[in-house]
Amino acid sequence: MAGFSAAVKPTPILKDELDIVIPTIRNLDFLEMWRPFFEGYHLIIVQDGDPSKTIKVPEGFDYELYNRNDINRILGPKASCISFKDSACRCFGFMVSKKKYIYTIDDDCFVAKDPTGAQINALEQHIKNLLSPSTPHFFNTLYDPYREGADFVRGYPFSLREGVATAVSHGLWMNIPDYDAPTQLVKPLERNTRYVDAVMTIPKGTLFPMCGMNLAFNRELVGPALYFGLMGDGQPIGRYDDMWAGWCVKVICDHMGWGIKTGLPYIWHSKASNPFVNLKKEYKGIFWQEEIIPFFQSVKISKDATSVQKCYIELSKEVKEKLGKVDPYFDKLADAMVTWIEAWDELNPSSAEKTAANGTAKAK
Amino acid sequence: MSVVNNIEDGEIDIVIGALHSDLRPFMSAWKSIFSRYHLIIVKDPDLKDDLQIPEGLSFKIDIYTKSHIDKVVGSSTSIAFSGYSCKYFGFLVSRKKYIVSIDDDCVPVKDADSFLIDPVAQHLRNLATPATPFFFNTLYDPYRNGADFVRGYPFSLRSGITCALSCGLWLNLADLDAPTQALKPEKRNSRYVDAVMTVPARVMMPISGINIAFNRELVGPALCPALRLTGEGKVRWETMEDIWSGMCVKVVCDHLGLGVKSGLPYVWRNDRGDAIESLKKEWEGVKLMEEVVPWFQSMVLSRTATKAEDCVAEMAKRVKEQLGGSDPGFGRAAEAMMDWVELWKKVGSGPSPV
Repeated sequence: MAGFSAAVKPTPILKDELDIVIPTIRNLDFLEMWRPFFEGYHLIIVQDGDPSKTIKVPEGFDYELYNRNDINRILGPKASCISFKDSACRCFGFMVSKKKYIYTIDDDCFVAKDPTGAQINALEQHIKNLLSPSTPHFFNTLYDPYREGADFVRGYPFSLREGVATAVSHGLWMNIPDYDAPTQLVKPLERNTRYVDAVMTIPKGTLFPMCGMNLAFNRELVGPALYFGLMGDGQPIGRYDDMWAGWCVKVICDHMGWGIKTGLPYIWHSKASNPFVNLKKEYKGIFWQEEIIPFFQSVKISKDATSVQKCYIELSKEVKEKLGKVDPYFDKLADAMVTWIEAWDELNPSSAEKTAANGTAKAK
Repeated sequence: MSVVNNIEDGEIDIVIGALHSDLRPFMSAWKSIFSRYHLIIVKDPDLKDDLQIPEGLSFKIDIYTKSHIDKVVGSSTSIAFSGYSCKYFGFLVSRKKYIVSIDDDCVPVKDADSFLIDPVAQHLRNLATPATPFFFNTLYDPYRNGADFVRGYPFSLRSGITCALSCGLWLNLADLDAPTQALKPEKRNSRYVDAVMTVPARVMMPISGINIAFNRELVGPALCPALRLTGEGKVRWETMEDIWSGMCVKVVCDHLGLGVKSGLPYVWRNDRGDAIESLKKEWEGVKLMEEVVPWFQSMVLSRTATKAEDCVAEMAKRVKEQLGGSDPGFGRAAEAMMDWVELWKKVGSGPSPV
């Protein structure tokens, strides 16, 4: 095989443009393994659960940490939209960040190895995904055409080869796969050992289950759409936070003409949560998603919705009207969606007034 | 083992379009994989030399040439079965439920231990397991060993629907168009992506004819030799027939509630031809594609079209009415599609016409 290849441009590191958001209730030991890849980036840690507990952050990381007391203090009554006792609280981190990009990762996710045994720099791959276009309007059978070594195939219209902006990069997991409780119960020993060496754009009009464990997005483009809903304490449902955000953001991206990629990078997911606990959390969701999916598949956003916030408010109205009859929870959720946007806009006034991003630690 | 995934060997035809007269290297390379199946080899009617097939092969082969084509199809048809389109004749006269078709410049891929990877078995697995076009599974094919539906995948969509078409890929010489390959003449595909996935409903894609398999009973008539470039040649860079046919098949599958998968299996595609040489001829195809993609994407067939041939007939009418005016190539494609439906009705089933 010819060794002919153009020099590969190094991936920009984006150290001053990207925040890493990590929800946690236990500890952040996992950061030690990520140190070579995360050091130098600013971390936003959202501490869930008991705020009197102290979360130890390993030395050498630049971070800000928020617990429930901080969330209540910063948002006041609007804090009601942020979940308590659920990793859904991570979206608070999205809201307070001042950066253009976000990478969010769970605290039981470690560095994975590719088939050659090399450690995978997940953050770098996410950045590559976000900085290269997406192709939602026509499926490329060789997957992401902008990847080194790939291209558009014969028959791919040239007018569609510029692609569109990539709003979200959805990574995957080796080892413990992201299964729901019923599947976990039936297949407790199944591990994901298959490394699929591809990134691809999820086509326009197609919904997908977005997992928040290993996710990156362009906050400037779609930040307001990444609300992780009402989960956990006092709520009838859990483990649908990222799903909800994923369906909303996909519908909005389809409307706005942006793309969502899935595939690489892989991380190593180490902890299998208790399937019985999960079943209790997901139970209602399993029934509700049968109504929710057709809702998202058919929802229409008006032409007047020219900003993500406007799209989101419209969505919230549709949720109230069409899903409110499924369960009163959706009524509350629709209200929370509005509260979220109000809080987002309050914390993120127009860019003219925005202060410059700074990297100083704001830990308590 | 004569049954793979509930498909018996006897339900399969391997259809090869012979664009080269010397098929000995091809047949040797595929011998161990093809030998259990029935083969249909259709010789490109433009090929002057006799076909050379290795001696003493144990498989069952039927070879069809120009004379067979003329006898069955007659001369009054607008369909040209020359070049790569010759394989459609094989699709037409086959009487099996499943067809696997691979270009004659492809050989099996070797794995790390130099064992041949069997694309036929993978195609059959793809066709025998359901497709899931209504919701994207982020772990790709949920029916594969070691995989499943992920959290958030609606349970009501987990039984999937029948897969009617399996589109494989290519290592080495990928199916790029001439301008792309000409820009990077040394570029070869070395990435083996270990995944099969369903192409979502209503999503259009370029379906390459180099390495495909399909359920002939369900969608046979929808793979139609219709769009011919005026400069159509004998390398894939100089054709669009499969791309056009593929768009038709995808629309038909979406309409009939059938699935299309893409990904594994790979075949190894040998170097052939010169992309720069082919550039001039392919531009016509590239221009035509620009027009048709939005048109196919917005196609909604009528509810009364419940079989593949009805769908094709309806599409043919629309091609004639809505695209015929912009390029004579479309008008000819429409004619060919209508002729194909008639041909299929006449000789696509019942006793073999050859």
